Amino acid sequence: MAGLGGRMSTVMKSKISKLLDRAEDPSETLDYGYQKQVELLQNVKKGIADVTTSKKRLQMQSQKIEQSVVKLDTQARQALAQGREDLARAALERKTVAQTELQSLDTKIQQLVQQQEQLTQNEKKLRGKIEAFRTKKEVIKAQYSAAEAQVKISEAANGVGEEMADLGLAIQRAEDKTEEMRARAGAVEELEAAGTFDDLTQLGGGQDDIDRELAQLGAGAQVDDELAAMKAELGSGGGESPQQLGNGEDGK
Amino acid sequence: MIVRISGEGQYRLPDSDAERLNELDNRAVSAVEQGDETGFGELWAQMLALVETDGEAVGDDELLPSDVILPPRDSSFAEAAGEFTGEGLIPD
Repeated sequence: MAGLGGRMSTVMKSKISKLLDRAEDPSETLDYGYQKQVELLQNVKKGIADVTTSKKRLQMQSQKIEQSVVKLDTQARQALAQGREDLARAALERKTVAQTELQSLDTKIQQLVQQQEQLTQNEKKLRGKIEAFRTKKEVIKAQYSAAEAQVKISEAANGVGEEMADLGLAIQRAEDKTEEMRARAGAVEELEAAGTFDDLTQLGGGQDDIDRELAQLGAGAQVDDELAAMKAELGSGGGESPQQLGNGEDGK
Repeated sequence: MIVRISGEGQYRLPDSDAERLNELDNRAVSAVEQGDETGFGELWAQMLALVETDGEAVGDDELLPSDVILPPRDSSFAEAAGEFTGEGLIPD
């Protein structure tokens, strides 16, 4: 059989056959198998806890990016008020990128929350199966001959093994996904950090690597619109602040 | 026939559906061979829907190995396509 089914069952079969080969006495195999399942369940629990931690970290990153969006917007306004359209544009470009990433990040976090619920549900299911195995092993021990028991054990162990392998795979997938998202969120944070206008005089209008990258991302149109809107705002109400500064100096 | 949707759970499917599933499986393989992502996506969605609608969920106290394991629902085309090669998930 090709594909996932094939690959998974091959891995599991080899694990299970090792398990079954371990003891010649079926009842010993059963006890060992059950003990192993209980041990592995601990790994599953730890795996789900790790996914939860990663998800929380990701939510914190998302909050930080949200703050960056607000900060960049403020900086764009400040830059424009001081007549530095070039800086305002750079800040808005970064803001646009951060906003886009934030949206996609939030969607993915939502998906992750759902996946986490599914993992928890499946962990409960697995616990049920392990419990069923425990009951079944006593029945097998009591009722079947060694040869018959081998067949029954093999089926039951395969059932639990598959459940466990599948949940392990799902945990792995969720972990990979959070890693990928964290890397992306980290890149946005770096981008924002590289463009921090703590000192407005520090950053000239010159195009650095990030600016070129941003331009390629096609943030242009939205930035133009926002810039125009900001100018209009400053022109009507906010435009007074630089004048007031001037007045202060002139007024003797 | 016992079918697992990876990451979700096992379903017990009547034999008549097994044939239908096999047919969808074969068509999915040829869609992958032709690089038809949309076609594959539709077929795969049909496979999942068939299992969910007609299948009966296997109880938590039943210990059964699956005959077929479908890839996780959120697989990318590349990931899922990798599973639908040769004889597909269900060998003929």
